[in-house]
Amino acid sequence: MIWNPNKECMSRDEMSALQGKRLHKIVEYVYHNVPFYRNKLQEMDITPDDINTIDDIVKLPFTTKQDLRDNYPYGLQAAPQSEIIRVHASSGTTGNPTIVGYTRKDIGVWSECMTRCLTAYGITRDDTFSVAYGYGLFTGGLGAHYGVENLGAAVVPTSTGNTEKHVRLIRDLGITGIACTPSYALYLAETMDKMGITKDEIKLRAGAFGAEPWTENMRKEIESRLGLKGYNLYGLSEIMGPCVSYECSEQHGSHICEDHFYPEIINPQTLERLPNGETGELVFTTLTKEGMPLLRYRTKDLCSLMEGDDCPCGRTAVRMTRIVGRSDDMLIIRGINVFPSQVESVVLSMEEFAPRYLLIVDRVNNLDTLQVQVEVRPEYFTESFDSLAPIAALEKKLSDKLKSVLSISAKVQLKAPNTIERSQGKSKFVIDKRVLN
Amino acid sequence: MTISQLSIFIENKSGTLLQVLNLLKDAQISLIASNIADTVEYGICRIICSEPARAYSVLKEAGVAVALSDVFAIELDNEPGRAAEAIGVLSKEGINITYLYSFLLNGKGILIFRTDDAEKARETIILAGLQFIAEKDLTHLV
Repeated sequence: MIWNPNKECMSRDEMSALQGKRLHKIVEYVYHNVPFYRNKLQEMDITPDDINTIDDIVKLPFTTKQDLRDNYPYGLQAAPQSEIIRVHASSGTTGNPTIVGYTRKDIGVWSECMTRCLTAYGITRDDTFSVAYGYGLFTGGLGAHYGVENLGAAVVPTSTGNTEKHVRLIRDLGITGIACTPSYALYLAETMDKMGITKDEIKLRAGAFGAEPWTENMRKEIESRLGLKGYNLYGLSEIMGPCVSYECSEQHGSHICEDHFYPEIINPQTLERLPNGETGELVFTTLTKEGMPLLRYRTKDLCSLMEGDDCPCGRTAVRMTRIVGRSDDMLIIRGINVFPSQVESVVLSMEEFAPRYLLIVDRVNNLDTLQVQVEVRPEYFTESFDSLAPIAALEKKLSDKLKSVLSISAKVQLKAPNTIERSQGKSKFVIDKRVLN
Repeated sequence: MTISQLSIFIENKSGTLLQVLNLLKDAQISLIASNIADTVEYGICRIICSEPARAYSVLKEAGVAVALSDVFAIELDNEPGRAAEAIGVLSKEGINITYLYSFLLNGKGILIFRTDDAEKARETIILAGLQFIAEKDLTHLV
């Protein structure tokens, strides 16, 4: 099923024309309403009349998270406060949080795009859907919630916390769809195991997973343990919230709602635009947003784009791959670029380990060290684990694999089951203890 | 011929061993012998106890990383040279000891060990006339 075939299946030429028209309009809008952008454009000697087609976008300046912080709280807001009907704030783990105001029209676009996502996952008005993203300042909970309501399915606003109660609701209400972080989905599966509830007792069939990077192996694990199909849901509060892109039944890249959010991939060092297929930093321009429109916002998420019009699902929108890392959580260890996702892919490729890991980076005697902690699955504690040799062999097997993927050696530490801390929101996978002078 | 031993993976962190021992205490299970093989980050605690099968399920249910394995237990007279004699028999057949620990029980020396070739070890021990100790004999002494 496709919610809005007019937009989701538009021919490429029509889409480009629409995007060009909308880009001109949004540049004109920010030029007249946001001093930050007017100053920037004037410095670059650009007026809205210079922007007429979507290809003109490369003339425009980038916007960074730092720009949002520097203009905290409302400096980049374009609409007058009387038009704002909701405010969200990003987690703001470092520095000021990012404040995003939405007009009534923005909330409408958000709900529409979120409904496209849910429809692509096979959710219809007959479904009962649990939103287990956090409700509140974080966009996950309310963003998904409005989409489910707009679609007409029954929304169960479970939020996070009280996981045992959540499991009982999933079983007792016959909940068929769920939106949450992939790590929370695994936590749900573990909680079900503890409660002695099997996947045959529940009716979940589709999951919208996002808000943190995850991998194909994690998808397989979640799908087999919860008995559902797991789809990627991508979004970020600066641009809108969950709804920016979504996987279709092909589960091969996420179609971007590019009539509202125009994607580009750039080289994060040179800022040069990269062609489809090359991995770099994802950049979005909001084409229709009123509250806080952003030009060429650097997401810091690393991925690549691919054509969408050859997708068997019938949609034509450009697809983005999974997020392979963050341009800012890239670790540089002994001069080598290391992404936590690389470690994850190795850990998950070995059946001896649970999908839990923690990277600890430190500097000892001026030399960077990387320690990887992983949990051995309880079923692998068998008879041979009564002596140290098989444990050492398992450690070596993992460290050899890590070395071949990362090009640096990592110290492996095996942990007993359930000893690496679980989180209900975004998981923390890295602890960097290095103090640099 | 062999007896059941619990092997528990524990981290080198204060309180982890106590947690295991408390679980056994609460289940009214008695320790007969124990031993810890340690590395920098973790250790393997091996335990011979009064009801190994029940102890295994108690620990497993509590989420402890535990395995149940079969180890040899032989009884020796408490005199100098008896252990050397017993191990010498195995060594002569080219059988390696993976790990070993011992204790005294009612004036007898008990050797608990695992070898790299259980079948051959069993045969060798029988042919040499060494005395196996049965699980029920161990557990009924406590």
